[in-house]
Amino acid sequence: MKTQKRPWLALISVGVIFLLYLPSVAVAVFSVNDTKFGLSWKGFTLRWYTQLANNEYILQAALNSLILAAVSTALATILGTALALGLDRAPWPKSAHKVIDLIINLPVVVPDIIMAVALTLAFSALRFFSSLFDLGLGSLIIGHVTFQISFVTLVVRSRLATLNKETDEAARDLYASSFYLFYRVTLPLITPGVLAGAMMAFTLSLDDFIISFFAHGPESVTLPIFIYSSLKRGLSPEIYALSTVMLLATVILVIAAERITRKIA
Amino acid sequence: MAKNHSSVAKFFGHISPVKKRRLWGLALAGPPLAWLLAFLTLPCLALVAIALATRGQFGEIVWGFDLVNIKRLFGFSLFGWSSDFIFILLRSLFLAFVTTAICIILSYPLTFYVATRPPKTRVFWLILIVIPFWTNVVVRTYAWLLVLSPQLPPAKFVAWLGLIEPGAALYPGSFAVYLGMVTTFLPFLALPLDASVERLNWDLLEAAADLYASKIAVFRQTILPQTWPGLSVGIIVTFVPAMAMFVVTDILGGAKTMMVGNLIQQQFGQARDWPFGAALSLALMVLTLLSLAIFKGLKIEKFY
Repeated sequence: MKTQKRPWLALISVGVIFLLYLPSVAVAVFSVNDTKFGLSWKGFTLRWYTQLANNEYILQAALNSLILAAVSTALATILGTALALGLDRAPWPKSAHKVIDLIINLPVVVPDIIMAVALTLAFSALRFFSSLFDLGLGSLIIGHVTFQISFVTLVVRSRLATLNKETDEAARDLYASSFYLFYRVTLPLITPGVLAGAMMAFTLSLDDFIISFFAHGPESVTLPIFIYSSLKRGLSPEIYALSTVMLLATVILVIAAERITRKIA
Repeated sequence: MAKNHSSVAKFFGHISPVKKRRLWGLALAGPPLAWLLAFLTLPCLALVAIALATRGQFGEIVWGFDLVNIKRLFGFSLFGWSSDFIFILLRSLFLAFVTTAICIILSYPLTFYVATRPPKTRVFWLILIVIPFWTNVVVRTYAWLLVLSPQLPPAKFVAWLGLIEPGAALYPGSFAVYLGMVTTFLPFLALPLDASVERLNWDLLEAAADLYASKIAVFRQTILPQTWPGLSVGIIVTFVPAMAMFVVTDILGGAKTMMVGNLIQQQFGQARDWPFGAALSLALMVLTLLSLAIFKGLKIEKFY
């Protein structure tokens, strides 16, 4: 049955993938179209790309998005991995496990707007104690880390669950210290899970809109916020140019990451 | 850690004292747990207290015990009863439900196609599904506005079929909204489902077909139970964010389609009515968790 030819499967699949890419392709086409308004084809140009290179606001927003994604992913990966290790390697009582599972699963089963509201509440209360919680890049990073931690933990935990005890015991038999055991045995074994979790966290950060919308300040506009606020005036072709650049950059990044993980594994 | 190397208690995880291992566990898990508690769990609990407070004259929270916001949720206000808020909640629920259903219907053929590719190209297909994800949802949704505009072939074709006025766009409307929703959420469902489809035991499908099972019977009795783990994860991660989505409906649905997401955002934004916003958030949370509970309660064994 598996080897049977099923042309309609291919047809639907290609159709679905076509639909997924149609918006991105349209954006790429309009990014080289020589007209500011209207959608008819007016000839090929790269002037939106040169204008983009000179547009401070857009570049600053793009930079903010990248800094936010990179910093929050790094923090969330460390915290999420620590959480997964702490849960897996320590003899927690059953009741504690139940409560902790509930806390970890909350970001998965609660819509992101509720997370955004929760963060707004937390920031407004914590602002009494420290200016660290004023809306800005700091609050954006805290917000993103909050929804990323759980996803990293879940991925790393599923990886930890597949490890067998014997490897640990063999290392111990050979007089490995706890540090050595972690550094040379456990860490290399969970690396694919950690990388997968980090990649997921990075993707979630780049794709997020709602939490950024609630947690951003006037000085920390990220790309999605910038785009959303300029929607009413209509988007300029520079935004299409930027989206195309980002898409190409991510495609290259994904392919590179895939190559690297294949080498590690 | 390394300096304790000589102590006997280090050899097996089992031999080192439970207390010490717990301490290590706490040192690792404590900070991230504290983070989640401070920024998510406790504020979520605080929503209950705020929903029971009222809005002051200047948008401040007046603490107390007042059910006025809960009543407003069900449509009771100073001006009598209206179904507005209930209707908005139900519309969000319906949108999420239909979006998830369409994603399921499209994901099965897609994942079956991907899973039957040779192992080398399989990764390529999976990456192909993920890549659009990396363009932010606001940009992708706005791009649909371009694609569906009257000057371009899709709208012209539909107009040629006589389904819309010539020169009209394919937005705003439910067609555009569902197109945007499904293309936004499809990878959420397809990726977990794919993990299950790749582990499928094809012999069972073949055996069922050999025994003259109809196509529907093959699906219900061999495919559905085997792919249930992936499918159920996919349904949860699709349905939950779809409930609160308002970017897609804002951009593609026109001004008329108010969603619970818009409403909550308004209360914490321009309206500055945090107590009512908290009540709406609680309603959304209850509705989402209730849907998931009903879904979890479904015994798939009943289907086959």
